[in-house]
Amino acid sequence: MAEKKSLWNEFSKGILKENPVLCLVLGTCPTLAVTTAASNAIGMGIAATLVLVCSNAVISALRRVIPDKVRIPAYITIIAGFVTIVQMLVKAYAPSIDESLGIYLPLIVVNCIILGRAEMYASKNSVLPSILDGLGMGVGFTAALLLMGIIREFFGAGSLFGVPVTAGMIDPVIIFILPPGGFFVFGMLIALANRLTRKKKAPAELGCSGCPLQANCSKIKEGEGCEK
Amino acid sequence: MMAKELVAIFLAAILTENYVLNKFLGICPFLGVSKKVNTAVGMSAAVTFVMVLATAVTWPIYTYILLPNGLGYLQTIVFILIIAALVQLVETVLKKYMPPLYNSLGIYLPLITTNCAVLGVTMLVLEKGAADPSFGYLQSLVNSFGAGIGFLVAMVLFAGVRERMESCDIPQSLKGLPITLVAASLVAVSFLGFNGLVEGLLG
Repeated sequence: MAEKKSLWNEFSKGILKENPVLCLVLGTCPTLAVTTAASNAIGMGIAATLVLVCSNAVISALRRVIPDKVRIPAYITIIAGFVTIVQMLVKAYAPSIDESLGIYLPLIVVNCIILGRAEMYASKNSVLPSILDGLGMGVGFTAALLLMGIIREFFGAGSLFGVPVTAGMIDPVIIFILPPGGFFVFGMLIALANRLTRKKKAPAELGCSGCPLQANCSKIKEGEGCEK
Repeated sequence: MMAKELVAIFLAAILTENYVLNKFLGICPFLGVSKKVNTAVGMSAAVTFVMVLATAVTWPIYTYILLPNGLGYLQTIVFILIIAALVQLVETVLKKYMPPLYNSLGIYLPLITTNCAVLGVTMLVLEKGAADPSFGYLQSLVNSFGAGIGFLVAMVLFAGVRERMESCDIPQSLKGLPITLVAASLVAVSFLGFNGLVEGLLG
């Protein structure tokens, strides 16, 4: 029973408590870029979840085989392999999604959620919890993208999932589906998440703690601090 | 004619197709390393350098090796490995032969492997080349250089905005990342104003 409960925790933490987008603030590039419409957001979310689950499973299975020094290149190769598979699947079965995601589909390779989970979780845990962790993070990522997509599509195009809602009555605020709207909605959502969780913990910072390159990056930030 | 075309590509890559503010590539360093103007410049210089170098290497490999052999689908995996190897190589070479340059740029190099702007630019120039056959090697290199400079412009502008924001009184929930994103949104609005500028100037 306790075993089951902890596995459930591995899955559910990614959805709310450690939501990769709104709490850990990872993977900002696709979050901002593909959320102009709700259907794009779902496509991106599912593609990233597939890659995340598969790469987490393989990396955790190989965690004792991969030498520590070359682990990042090894992870990137594994992830790139799965991204290529997903790319081919999407091209074959959902060409319209392939068209609207465009360059951002192959760019899942450098999505820091995936490398971050590989480094933080899959390299330290066994296969089953790693799969669940990947699944939970993927669902959390998809949910956050969907939320952004719905807000931006509703205000920016007056429709939901391509179906017109307010189209005839109110002129859509086009700036919401333009790049500035992405930054603005994302900022407001993080502010809201901060507001809701304020009493419990510190506000969200840029996802450096979840990033595999934290050591290098914080060197630069320390430099910033010293110059002041 | 040629020179005019190249200038148009260069300006478009900086202003109207800005990689950070318009295509959302390289957001992590844009938000993470833009607190100070000089670190912003260092990071962007390293990104520009790697972008041009990566395009210079990946373009011929894709056009002359992958495409003729029907291996186009390996693009993602080959490019990311080339970029990772290049970054490592540049770091080693700089460390050995140009220590001053290494000291100013070296710290940023490991971060660039997983910068989506670099992988993005190498793929986008090939996409452009596929759509328009006159967009060749030289045009791709100019486009990459412009993309890097565009990254620099966005980073430096934004670092200026953030330095001014330090002393502002910001509501509790918006402190930190949210207000930074709202500021980025305003900078992006200003870049929208450049729409059609390049065509108007040189078209």
